[in-house]
Amino acid sequence: MSSTTQPVTHVMPARHYLNDNYGIRSWLLTKDHKRIAILYLFSITFFFFIGGIFASLIRLHLLTPGGELFQADTYNKLFTMHGVNMIFFFLIPSVPAVLGNFILPIMLGAKDLAFPKINLLSWYIFMGGATFALIAMVSGGVDTGWTFYTPLSSGYVKTNVITMAVGILFAGFSSIFTGLNFIVTTHRMRAPGLTWGRLPLMVWANYAASLIMILGTPVLAITLILLALERGFHIGIFDPKLGGDPVLFQHMFWFYSHPAVYIMILPGMGVISEIVTCFSRKRVFGYSFIAFSSIAIAVFGFVVWAHHMFVAGISVYSAMVFSLLSYAVAIPSAVKVFNWTATMYKGSVSLDTPMLYALGFIGLFTVGGLTGLFLAALGLDVHIHDTYFVIAHFHYVMVGGMVMAYLGGLHFWWPKITGKLYPEAAAKLAALITFIGFNLTFFPQFILGYMGMPRRYATYAPEFQVLNVFSTAGASILAVGFILPAIYFVWSLKYGEVAGPNPWGATGLEWQTSSPPPTHNFYQTPVVTEEPYYYGTEEEVRVVQ
Amino acid sequence: MAGQVDALYLFLVLITTFFSLLIAILILYFAIKYKRTPGRPAEQIHGSTLLEIVWTVIPLGISMVIFLWGAFLYFHMQRPPSNALEIYGVAKQWMWKFEYPAGQREINSLHVPTGQPVKVTLISQDVIHSFFVPAFRVKQDVLPNRYRTAWFTATTPGTYHLFCSQYCGTKHSGMIGEVVVMKPADFAAWMESGKAEGSLAANGEKLFQQFGCTTCHRPDSGARGPNLEGLYGRPVRLQDNRVVVADDNYIRESILDPNAKIVNGFQPIMPTFRGVISEEGLLQIIAYLKSMSEQSGQPLNNRTSPTELRDTEVPNVQQQMQQDNQNQKPPGKQP
Amino acid sequence: MSNSQTTTTDHPALVHQFDDMVQQKEASTFGMWVFLLTEIMMFGGLFAAYLIYRLKYYDAFVAGSSSIDVTWGFINTLVLIGSSLTMALAVSAAQRGVRRQQQVFLVLTMVLGTVFLGVKAIEYKQKYDEHHIPGGFFQTFAPTDIAHDLVEKEGKTPEAASQIAERTQIFFCFYFAMTGLHALHMIMGLVLMTWLLVRAGHGEFGPQYYTPVELGGLYWHFVDIVWIYLFPLLYLINRTHGK
Repeated sequence: MSSTTQPVTHVMPARHYLNDNYGIRSWLLTKDHKRIAILYLFSITFFFFIGGIFASLIRLHLLTPGGELFQADTYNKLFTMHGVNMIFFFLIPSVPAVLGNFILPIMLGAKDLAFPKINLLSWYIFMGGATFALIAMVSGGVDTGWTFYTPLSSGYVKTNVITMAVGILFAGFSSIFTGLNFIVTTHRMRAPGLTWGRLPLMVWANYAASLIMILGTPVLAITLILLALERGFHIGIFDPKLGGDPVLFQHMFWFYSHPAVYIMILPGMGVISEIVTCFSRKRVFGYSFIAFSSIAIAVFGFVVWAHHMFVAGISVYSAMVFSLLSYAVAIPSAVKVFNWTATMYKGSVSLDTPMLYALGFIGLFTVGGLTGLFLAALGLDVHIHDTYFVIAHFHYVMVGGMVMAYLGGLHFWWPKITGKLYPEAAAKLAALITFIGFNLTFFPQFILGYMGMPRRYATYAPEFQVLNVFSTAGASILAVGFILPAIYFVWSLKYGEVAGPNPWGATGLEWQTSSPPPTHNFYQTPVVTEEPYYYGTEEEVRVVQ
Repeated sequence: MAGQVDALYLFLVLITTFFSLLIAILILYFAIKYKRTPGRPAEQIHGSTLLEIVWTVIPLGISMVIFLWGAFLYFHMQRPPSNALEIYGVAKQWMWKFEYPAGQREINSLHVPTGQPVKVTLISQDVIHSFFVPAFRVKQDVLPNRYRTAWFTATTPGTYHLFCSQYCGTKHSGMIGEVVVMKPADFAAWMESGKAEGSLAANGEKLFQQFGCTTCHRPDSGARGPNLEGLYGRPVRLQDNRVVVADDNYIRESILDPNAKIVNGFQPIMPTFRGVISEEGLLQIIAYLKSMSEQSGQPLNNRTSPTELRDTEVPNVQQQMQQDNQNQKPPGKQP
Repeated sequence: MSNSQTTTTDHPALVHQFDDMVQQKEASTFGMWVFLLTEIMMFGGLFAAYLIYRLKYYDAFVAGSSSIDVTWGFINTLVLIGSSLTMALAVSAAQRGVRRQQQVFLVLTMVLGTVFLGVKAIEYKQKYDEHHIPGGFFQTFAPTDIAHDLVEKEGKTPEAASQIAERTQIFFCFYFAMTGLHALHMIMGLVLMTWLLVRAGHGEFGPQYYTPVELGGLYWHFVDIVWIYLFPLLYLINRTHGK
């Protein structure tokens, strides 16, 4: 059986969640998780492009070693705001708040999340935080780096640290409420027959990420509050002149910010599991291993934070402990990569766009994850810490990994969300451009880092220029790769082919309902009797309209 | 040392290349070989526990090798040899100030000889900076509240980059300098040329008198403060019976926060000199105390940072102190 | 809105995403526990930082602890425990569907909560008068006063006293951060109680449906428990310099 054209031409369902109600009020006061997901989609796409503009300006500036494009102060603001925007206002909400919000209740066979009003509230809180962040950005910016290390941020810069901290605080609470919703929904609202062992891996991944969201983010909240108090009142919590300890800030900051990277990547891994299985028409290899490795990553992720601090002044013995644990947290990710690869073995593989992004993820995440091993090695980290090696590492996992996963998921579920198909040829082209642009941008940075180019440098030694030029060239290609989907997705809303309920022939409850789904998701509560990813041999996947 | 770091790096590059290529080739191969063809369904394979174990244990094993290798290197990096040439560095927004015990001073450049371990003791006057010499594979964050050290042995004459690698504000990327490595003879010549302002210890002695330290810190039995001769690098028993080593950080803390650690048998009457003595001044006083103790014996241990001994070491140390007490005059007034 | 429904599926408080009241209650309760877990993490981070500094600046924190009034703290502890009692009674009344009692006990809880905040206001005013509020104000006036006390009452040397006094600012920073965050949660609790009071007045709660009151009670008890930790940590431990 084929995953693409079937003899039937599909029509859009008459009533669905998008046209059930019209008017701005029906959107701004919606309780429908699908509409809230769309609201988030608009918000985070906006911030992705803001962060992307900052990135473009950074790369342009770095074409020359003398830094002629911007003043050093301006450049410092650019990289700070690039980081803050991308991490707190794009990456952390991306898959959970857009794809998770949309698809999780449907995957669970539920009519909505457990607490729809809290879901809407989380979007408003996010927008509140976004407002503070925008105010901070336009009224002078912030130039402390997204890590806000003290005492620089608490007593030495004159920029809008507190405003930005408040913005991030709000974004954090938004994240907490999303995670809380996911956890309760997964525990309490599964359809009849949907046991934990039958959950799609997307659910497992978002569940694990939600655990981190609720346990880690509050510590960020209190760290930012203490930073704001210190900055406002000059008190001495982190300022050594008044008796404070600047390294304590780093401990508290990284206690959240390291698990945060797993908040970002785990949902992406969930998307990959869904895509690889569908486009290989095979159940996932090692389902329980992937499920449990998500939980393992969440757990281990909490005990490795000081690997950001190997040269910061921690004791040799604690450095060794954190290094050891950092290797432990890498293993579950490796297990997942092997399992996804094995899923393709003897499968029936079709290289549609979501699969292209998923394969890109697997390759690039492998490189990014393995370069994490470099950083976890104590003696080596001394050399490459705070250099472009680190920047390359995290962009490989975050952009080559997470953003690819997000785009893959967006393409995979676009038919479900909008009822339309995106143009496949354009999409494949964009995926290819993104892949090439990405590697050209960030691979040279590994080399730059080992050569010794420090990060956050507005000017650099001339011998680093050639690689920087390559990197900027790649960035311009990458930008095209990101802009194209924005264009053709919008195009598809009007001109795209109608998708029908299951254009990919995938299993999973979300494909059992119409595209777009009705407001209450299902006309009848589904009953689950099979294991997940049941790709029978000759049968068509049954469709319920 | 740089060579050893590079060896680990190379090993990791090989591992990364191997596994990345393995995965990339496999997924491409599977995508092509198992391309969707009508009439050939996928084979629904559940999994293989054996395979899961294999590909958990092997990466774990490789990781442990990398961990041990990296830890070993790091350990070595934290232990400067005892015969290291000592240089002091003060970082501030946005420059590096280096001082040699004999009095030479430099801004944004550091002259060192080949073949001799060099230990740089660093502190910041304001925010956190980081001392990074890529050619030597050495890096150390420079903190504003305690000394950190970095050490290296340069092997080849030349000029190498010094970068600040912890973002520190506007001119972070301008806080750069050079490490000039010279052959020993050239280095000795260079050293001769820069002693105009007097050695660190001599300046320290002046400060010691200027701030009235000699009022209390005297060798006689009526002194209100512990005698500092022979102190540097030796263990000190505190009021609460903890035993700490009198290293750079201990001395700095004793001047800025004297009430934090009171020596056994003395009253907490020392005033603080925070805001009164500069970071350079503190380094000069430390150099002075070090010179006073040089004749009195070797430092207790090589560790760069801890100011406290582990419990297991205390009995030995106390025994040593007993012996010292019997052999020399007592370190201060006893009740 | 009567309390004598025979079928739970028709209950007016059932929201669309749940199949029945049982599921709704279970999900809501679970949600509240998860939320309280996040609160524990937030206060926990603050407490951890506090304890680290208490170990580092033992003398200063002793001086700080002894300058806050145990009597008021103790009164507040009794007030809060009392308010938890009245809250539990309110939940019980809601369970039994007795409207009058629900209102009385909710009001009593709110009164006690307000008393708590009033006492905190008195304490804060005391701190304000003594110049113990961290910041420029503190730095100008407080260290000399505290140092003076340390010399007179604790027999510290003047040098040690002045150094200890400088560091007490960190104590007060944590004092205000911890009690302030707690007071903020109390205020949110009072808002919650008001909402519950209004609904109780409409007779919404009974044996079939009293979840909001129960969960409001959970939240209130949590705020109480945070105080049970705060009181010893700030007021009671190490008030004197005995070692």
